[in-house]
Amino acid sequence: MDPGWLTTALILLPAAGALVVWIMPLRPFAVGSTALLFALAEVALWIDAAARFDFDQSGLQLAQRQSWFSDLNVSYHVGFYGFSMWLVGLTVVVLAAAIGYAFWAGRERPRAYYGLMLLLTGAIVGVFVAQDLLLFYVFWEAMLIPLYFLVGVWGGAGRLRATLVFVIYTMAGSLLMLASIIVLGLSQGTFDLVESGTNGSDWIFLGFVAAFAVKAPIFPLHAWLPGAYRESSPEVSAVLSGVVSKVAAYGFLRIAIAKFPGPTADLRTPILVLAACGLVYGSLVAFRSPDLRGVIAYSSLAQMGLITLGLFAVNDLGLNGAVLQMINHGLISATLFLLAGAIERRTTTGELGALGGMARGRPALATVLMTTGVIALAVPGSAAFAGEFAILAGVFRTGYGYAIVGAAAMVLAAMYMLRLISAVLHRSPGPSVSEAALDLRPAELTVIVPLVALLLALSAWPAAITERSFASSPPIPNKGSVIATTEAGQLLMLSKELAAKGQSP
Amino acid sequence: MILLALATPPIDWAALAPPLALLAATGVNLLVAVLVPRGDRRVVGAFVALAGFAGALVAAAILFDQSPNGHGVIADAIQRDRLGAFTAMIIAGSGILAIGTSYREPMSDDHIAEYYALLASAGAGMVFLATASNLITLFLGLEWFSISLYILCAIDRELVGSLEAGLKYLIVGGFGSAILLFGSALVYGATGAIEFDRIAQVVQQQSLSDDALLVTGLALMIGGLGFKASAAPFHMWTPDVYEGAPTPVTAFMSAATKAVALVLMLRVLVTAFPQEARLWTVTVAAIACASLAVGNLAALVQRNVKRMLAYSSISHAGFMLIAIAANNALGARALLYYLIPYCAMSVGAFAVVAARERELNRPVTLDNLAGFGWERPLLGVSMVAFMLGFAGFPLTGGFVGKFYVFSAAYEHGWTWLVIVGVAATAVSLYYYLGVIRAMYFRPSEELQLATDPETAAKPPPPFSDTASGVVAGGSPPPERALQAAVTAALVVTVGSFFAVQPLIDAAKKAASSLPF
Repeated sequence: MDPGWLTTALILLPAAGALVVWIMPLRPFAVGSTALLFALAEVALWIDAAARFDFDQSGLQLAQRQSWFSDLNVSYHVGFYGFSMWLVGLTVVVLAAAIGYAFWAGRERPRAYYGLMLLLTGAIVGVFVAQDLLLFYVFWEAMLIPLYFLVGVWGGAGRLRATLVFVIYTMAGSLLMLASIIVLGLSQGTFDLVESGTNGSDWIFLGFVAAFAVKAPIFPLHAWLPGAYRESSPEVSAVLSGVVSKVAAYGFLRIAIAKFPGPTADLRTPILVLAACGLVYGSLVAFRSPDLRGVIAYSSLAQMGLITLGLFAVNDLGLNGAVLQMINHGLISATLFLLAGAIERRTTTGELGALGGMARGRPALATVLMTTGVIALAVPGSAAFAGEFAILAGVFRTGYGYAIVGAAAMVLAAMYMLRLISAVLHRSPGPSVSEAALDLRPAELTVIVPLVALLLALSAWPAAITERSFASSPPIPNKGSVIATTEAGQLLMLSKELAAKGQSP
Repeated sequence: MILLALATPPIDWAALAPPLALLAATGVNLLVAVLVPRGDRRVVGAFVALAGFAGALVAAAILFDQSPNGHGVIADAIQRDRLGAFTAMIIAGSGILAIGTSYREPMSDDHIAEYYALLASAGAGMVFLATASNLITLFLGLEWFSISLYILCAIDRELVGSLEAGLKYLIVGGFGSAILLFGSALVYGATGAIEFDRIAQVVQQQSLSDDALLVTGLALMIGGLGFKASAAPFHMWTPDVYEGAPTPVTAFMSAATKAVALVLMLRVLVTAFPQEARLWTVTVAAIACASLAVGNLAALVQRNVKRMLAYSSISHAGFMLIAIAANNALGARALLYYLIPYCAMSVGAFAVVAARERELNRPVTLDNLAGFGWERPLLGVSMVAFMLGFAGFPLTGGFVGKFYVFSAAYEHGWTWLVIVGVAATAVSLYYYLGVIRAMYFRPSEELQLATDPETAAKPPPPFSDTASGVVAGGSPPPERALQAAVTAALVVTVGSFFAVQPLIDAAKKAASSLPF
């Protein structure tokens, strides 16, 4: 008995929470705690779903399907693959942390705020579990609506411009994807992702890639990124860079690569080159960024470049590494943004020049930031190291040049991350750091420490994810004769053989 | 006696029930205007009109159920089919919402009963027109509702621009009607037939498809209907009339007029001119592209919300014309489905504008919407839904409508038209989201009431009345009727997203009246 209702419940529970928060006349404190309660219930629900999920079995699980409109074969079809299970886990955890942080920090107009956060949770979970192209698009767009409000209403001084640029970029990509979805769905006769076969059209492929590349973002489509990440409140930035960017990477994996083996093989080189450029460019700009959020934002650009490298390596190592790195980076950048928010609250600035010396007398802050930063710069033994190593090993088989660029970028990552750590914690106290600035409060620690603990757990056991993302079969649901005829398919087969010989990360 | 020689055709009263219900409401309201005491006319008039529209809605629903096989009635002057009944339901629904919007419109009580009489009469004309099956009834129905609307636009003599709007609409609309009439005459001249299906037969039998007279007539007819649907390049009157007319009238016009004009265009083109399809599909597609371009680009720079919505309605005419240009069953379905959320969103959006207008007692601009969303949660959330729906976001029927329209264009083999539509949608986001930005992102302290030319000269003293005696920003009495209308529109907008299957089934049944 496949409890498919669990998947639907994962989408509907936060949405129901949003309605409760909006409609029930609760006091401000009760609003925040209700929202947090719903977010934690969502985490519990995910744990239940993960416990029922059989990671050794390939194919869709916890699936539920209901026709939505039959004349064009569009259905409400949801379900989990191994990798989507992890990404949903990341989503619910980061969103719960973000809601917890907002609850602690306090937000104006709490009912609207928490309702939108919960709605965002449901929408993102929906994207990861949707198995129908149109449903995927619906959740994809539904995600943008709460984000638009969250950045636009609760953002900083430059929020109007930031939201405008963010929405225009995102929608330009999304609408190209809509055109691609229509063409793909109608030409296949169904919009179902599991049923539909592969397609060989480069143009349709590019429509999808446009949407994902903007959302990720992939260099040079990142112009919306600094504004959106800087102007949002810290927990929204955490969600944007931690989770929303992963939606794009998921799209690459689930649709662009899985449905378009031919175009992937054709257009892989330019995508890999752009990803590598983004990796280097993001790292360099992060190294030169004058403020905390800038460093984290551009490091996010770099990391998405790295993840894209792993995905478009299209072999087991690269794909497994990319999924692991998605989770790692989601947790890392969420933690860093929340920490940045905590620091900004204490010093009223994120300018690195005005910070410094915060380690003295603030052991909790120093420990947490140091731990996260060290994991982020992929020190050997950390989860990020495992992820990046697998990605580089995977992409090495595609072309050693990419691996060299990637390895160089790891050095750059160490540079920007150490710069951030020392600029905040070490040196002499900056002009904005007063003696009275407190250490992390217990409430903040309860939000941030679980994220760090998860990172440490993953560092100890990265195989929890790498061995449980793609079961025995690759992510491409309809592998076999169709896909084996293409270059990408051959690559996959090759990688399977190599993996069978015991060459795993 | 010569009269005996004229055989009167049998009358199918059931087919005529929707327009008759509305005509009855018109008649009663004209009596209300003279018999009911002045103070009660507003209530009585509104309820009579409401009864008329509700009656028409019920009658149309029954007619929809009872007419699975479309056939001509009353000497084939009108068509009793599901397409007409479906359109009648949309028009009646829009009318009901428009009455809710009208209820507290600050109009003098002098002509309030006539206002409702004309509203019902315009609805009757539209419902009748939706069933037209020959060139005479086509023109008759068109003029019937147009004349009612000319007066409705100009009815509020105290409103700046209302009279101008009425006059402009009269002149340009008259021109449009004349073009349609001329086109009809040419088509009749070429074929000798007035019934739509007879025209198609004659064209086929006598192979007239390249006949210059027929093609010219067809072009003029498309132009004439384009005027009513406010499609570019026949849209010139739209912004001025929409802006000047009383807002409830604009709401009704933008929804119902467009619905009936587009459905009729579909009916005429598909039933009367199937042999000319290679010509009119391209023409309609070109008009659609022009409407999308003009509507979207002009809307980008508008500050007045009514004017912006007027341009947005031009661009939506473009979207729906794509469905007509597709010339397939999917396109017909797409158009009929699209009309449901579109009409709800359109009436709803204008209703919200009307509410704000009454609060401020001045035209609503993007600047004086600041903070509105927080002050009026229900209206604010509804306006967000309408704007997102217009922009084709999911969780509103606007998304599914656009999806169907693009699918129809793709099925016709016109991927380029899909791309044009997608590009137009992308542009439209700027101004639709601009409304949301104005309502929520700007705090109400930014509200600059002094920008009004009348009060700009002197700084507004605090706590004093504006010229009209309404405290700006003060809280007017809650408008239950308007709130109910907006809520209903919201329910339709969002509900049509979830309940696609039943609505598309109904649209499919309605579209089966057409020969695809």
